[in-house]
Amino acid sequence: MSNHYEYTIALAGNPNTGKSTLFNLLTGLRQHTGNWPGKTVIHAEGFFAHNNRNYRMIDLPGTYSLYSNSADEEVARDFIIFGKPDVTLVVLDATALERNLNLALQVLEMTHRVIVCVNLMDEAKKKGIRINVNQLSKKLGVPVVPISARNKEGINELLDTIDRMVCGDIETNPIVISYSRSIEEKIAKLVPLVQETIGNEYPARWVALRLLDGDTSLLQALQQEQHRLLKEVPHYACHCSAKSV
Amino acid sequence: MTEAKLARLCDAKPGERFRIAELHIDGTMKRRLLDLGFVPGCEVTVLQKSPLGDPTAYRVSHTTVALRIEESSNIYGERIGHEQSL
Repeated sequence: MSNHYEYTIALAGNPNTGKSTLFNLLTGLRQHTGNWPGKTVIHAEGFFAHNNRNYRMIDLPGTYSLYSNSADEEVARDFIIFGKPDVTLVVLDATALERNLNLALQVLEMTHRVIVCVNLMDEAKKKGIRINVNQLSKKLGVPVVPISARNKEGINELLDTIDRMVCGDIETNPIVISYSRSIEEKIAKLVPLVQETIGNEYPARWVALRLLDGDTSLLQALQQEQHRLLKEVPHYACHCSAKSV
Repeated sequence: MTEAKLARLCDAKPGERFRIAELHIDGTMKRRLLDLGFVPGCEVTVLQKSPLGDPTAYRVSHTTVALRIEESSNIYGERIGHEQSL
């Protein structure tokens, strides 16, 4: 059982969307669990291969949001921002899209390497819910793949989409949420300052929004991360691989 | 302001529907409520009160969420009558 991987996939989603069902289906027994460093939040990572490419998958804690500053949400947010996964897979519950899209939109503000995966399509069908996947994909500006993890439907399409994204065959154009004029003006003022301070390492517009939100926990995480960057270069890879030894 | 006319979510009775107009809460609690679906313009159904009267279960965008009176008393909106069917 070798755990060499080329690409990292982060799995995000609301609680009870079948995120872990998908995780288990893809990674099988090739899993490690533990805690995130310094937090009592379960960290699960697993490995799988598709088309001769080796992937590592991180099952992030199930959350409704990334901004309420619970330990779960901070872990998920920090991994998407600092862990820089090659793809962030957002799992949505097809029977409650309205609620689930909240998280999807938050992730789309953070990174453009996103695949949206609409799970529980079988449940939705039973309830008479029809989802226009193409339209959703067009609106969000990223690939949308319908699946039913429980019935193992759509999994190959999903893996192929992941594959094409890591190869650079998929160009995404995530929806940009526009805020009220006064907020947009402040964002425009902050973005250059943010870029000056932390470089282009992190999504400047998103950081500006968090600053306007008064999100102190992100500032702390950013400061710690800057220190860590100076000390050890592939910081995230380091402590993750140390754990899997 | 119309505020005087707005009802509090905590005063709505089980079976009643309620349309949210304003959240008079700040900080992470507001964020949390918004994330859970308590968004202005959104409709909530009061499902049932717990035996001691607090917390109360609400249905909001197809999910059941229970709120304590601390939160539900700061959610304002209009009571829009009873749900016809389940």
